[in-house]
Amino acid sequence: MNRQATLFWLPLAIFIGLATSFLLRLHRPESSNIESRLIGATVPDFALPAATAGVQGLSSADLKGQGPHLVNFFASWCVPCVSEAPVLKRMAADGIPIVGIAIRDRPEAVATFLGRFGNPYQRIGSDQQARIQIDFGSSGVPETFVVDGKGVIRLQIIGPIGSQHMPDIRAALAAK
Amino acid sequence: MIAEAGLAVLWIGAALCVLQLALSVASLRAPVPAASIDTGPALWTPSTKQADEIAALNRLIRPVAVAQAVATGIAFALLITLFVQVDLSVLLVAENDHSAKPLLYRFAGTWGNHEGSMLMWVAILAVAGAAVALLERRLAERTLIATLGGQATIGLGFYAFLLFASNPFARLDPAPLDGQGLNPLLQDPGLAFHPPTLYLGYVGLSVAFSFAIGALVTRDVGPAFARAMRPWVLGAWIFLTLGITAGSYWAYYELGWGGWWFWDPVENASLMPWLAATALLHSVTVLATRDGLRAWTVMLAVVAFSMSMIGTFLVRSGVLTSVHAFAVDPKRGMFLLALLALYIGGALALFALRVGTVREGSRFDLVSREGALVVNNLLLSVILGIVLVGTLYPLIAESLTGAKLSVGPPYFNATAGPIALGMMIILAAGPLMRWRREDGVRLLRKLVAPGAVALVTGIAVKIAAPTIAILPLLGLAFAAGVGVASVMPLFGRNLLRTPLFTWGMVIAHLGIAVSLAGMASERAFTKETLVAAAIGETVHVGPYAVTLANVEPGFGPNWTSLDATLRIVRGNEDSFELKPQARAYWAPPTETSETAIATVLDGQLYTVLGRQAENGRWQLRLWWKPLVTLIWAGGALVAFGGVLTLLGRIRREGRAARRQRSGFWG
Repeated sequence: MNRQATLFWLPLAIFIGLATSFLLRLHRPESSNIESRLIGATVPDFALPAATAGVQGLSSADLKGQGPHLVNFFASWCVPCVSEAPVLKRMAADGIPIVGIAIRDRPEAVATFLGRFGNPYQRIGSDQQARIQIDFGSSGVPETFVVDGKGVIRLQIIGPIGSQHMPDIRAALAAK
Repeated sequence: MIAEAGLAVLWIGAALCVLQLALSVASLRAPVPAASIDTGPALWTPSTKQADEIAALNRLIRPVAVAQAVATGIAFALLITLFVQVDLSVLLVAENDHSAKPLLYRFAGTWGNHEGSMLMWVAILAVAGAAVALLERRLAERTLIATLGGQATIGLGFYAFLLFASNPFARLDPAPLDGQGLNPLLQDPGLAFHPPTLYLGYVGLSVAFSFAIGALVTRDVGPAFARAMRPWVLGAWIFLTLGITAGSYWAYYELGWGGWWFWDPVENASLMPWLAATALLHSVTVLATRDGLRAWTVMLAVVAFSMSMIGTFLVRSGVLTSVHAFAVDPKRGMFLLALLALYIGGALALFALRVGTVREGSRFDLVSREGALVVNNLLLSVILGIVLVGTLYPLIAESLTGAKLSVGPPYFNATAGPIALGMMIILAAGPLMRWRREDGVRLLRKLVAPGAVALVTGIAVKIAAPTIAILPLLGLAFAAGVGVASVMPLFGRNLLRTPLFTWGMVIAHLGIAVSLAGMASERAFTKETLVAAAIGETVHVGPYAVTLANVEPGFGPNWTSLDATLRIVRGNEDSFELKPQARAYWAPPTETSETAIATVLDGQLYTVLGRQAENGRWQLRLWWKPLVTLIWAGGALVAFGGVLTLLGRIRREGRAARRQRSGFWG
């Protein structure tokens, strides 16, 4: 078979790959967690400016020596983030300290998002280039990390958090 | 009774569809008669009796296609009747209709749900098949029969889907006292006619797809095939353009987020077929007039329809999360996926097997109008790839890691934006070039004027707004340049004798420039404020002073609301009022914000009423969006250009056909 003839089969090959991933998705049970390699590592050093007016920025120092925190990566343009907003709000009301990192976002958009869906965050840093996100070993939004009082990552949840994650989160927050 | 009759005619339609496919296969399996020159030399000459039999089959297939359209059309009309009468003994009506709903939404509610929209899709598909059967006379008969076979194959899958997995006529016993309403977000005149518009586009692409399959089966890819396919591609493209433009405006005023495009999966699902159809539209012109780009045109016809199928699958199967939430069902997702695999996989396999035997089209220089069209096609395909990857990335990431992720507008804007701007250069230069070979110096000389206009605009904007970002700045400059370049093909022509399709091209390209100017201006100059205002307080946004006069309760046929009255003044002009509304529907219980928008010559003032804060103040969101209306005005111009081109092509080809006939008889 010459090279051109092989090329003609390429669209079919791409399509089969696509259809297979659709099939996997349709057959997959909802949400399962993977263990991150950063579990047990100390959070990277960073200092982020405030993501919008009226909130405080976030730095790695804020996560050390002040008890465990939930670090939530989100963005106003992210649709799944909307679905986890009520869960975060409830957790904040339960007294769980939550800090946010807004990814590639504009201050006005963050303000609109918080106005619309509530603000569960004690501090929100703005990660314009998604640098800190990569340092955390996170590739998308939303993602949530449990960081203990010494600044060590205990748990990573990829995708929107829901009530099914609560036992894991509570266990990670309580761990010494 | 009506429901049973509807189901019965739907079965009849499905049976006729099977018959149509059987006739097509039987006719194509018969040996090629010697008289048929365009499919190569015959190996065998049929006896007179056999030839008569084949001719009888061929005569039968057109009436069968028409009968199928009539049967399925009646089934759809009966479902509309059930919805208008609010027949609650039918499950679908009980779930989606409500007696308190205005007539228009009872009518439009027929296709505001999964089963109804599928029936509508099949009905439009059948009508399109009938139109091909009735109107198409230029194409070789075998290719036409293969095309009708292709239409029947697509139809069959959707008939099976309707009859076995989503029967719209299923009864509900006992019948409830009233229906469960329609998603209030969808109770909007714009949206009532949005899905049918997109469906007309998708079905038009399915006809192009069937033509491509027919041409591959009979190895008949040439100018005649391209001319037969072109009006369908154009028609589909016009409807898709209108659908996307209207959908964008709908999301803009209905969602109340102040944006006009969210790169949401549902929006991308309509954008991807449009991108492919735009590429197809341009390459089919090369094939029809210059007999070039044969394999590429066939490939694009397959891709365009594949994109509309994938789009429908993504929206309807619930594999992606979206702001436009529709009812989803994984079982239906499986069925749609099976159809997807069958049609797209089958078509791509046929393409791979057959395209090697398609003769190479005529050649051309890279610097020529064909060359520009090829580059346009490649850039459109790259954008299509970017949108596809961005839309599916969350899905693929989820298949691999189980994570739900979003890549969002930063990805799309940063990647597709610059390529779209690059395409503007081609859009400006392409129509100014000659077919086959263009002199580079002559072209550059022609591009001096638009280039100068773009440069001057860019400098003027930069001086007026020094903080402007690079993409909006380039957008405004390019819009000005493309605006000038797009009307240049009319220079030096007698405007009255210029063919309609040239006018169409000019207007469509001008529409792109207008739309681009709107997008860039909205991006660069929008002013936004979010305030908690007390009654009587005045807020400033852009050139406007907005006073919150009062907020009072209101109600409608199936909702209650809070209505704000805003008194608005701009400079020394007379004041006027806007009344944004926060609405609460009771069936099903949902809150929506009804934006109030003032459209003026140089933009729009966009106002949204939010919640009441604890201190009695009202949340108000105000935007001043300069020139934002150009986005949709441009879209409408593009569609209008498409309509002119379609009329021009039909007129010219009708004339050519008449001349040919008189020549034959004379």
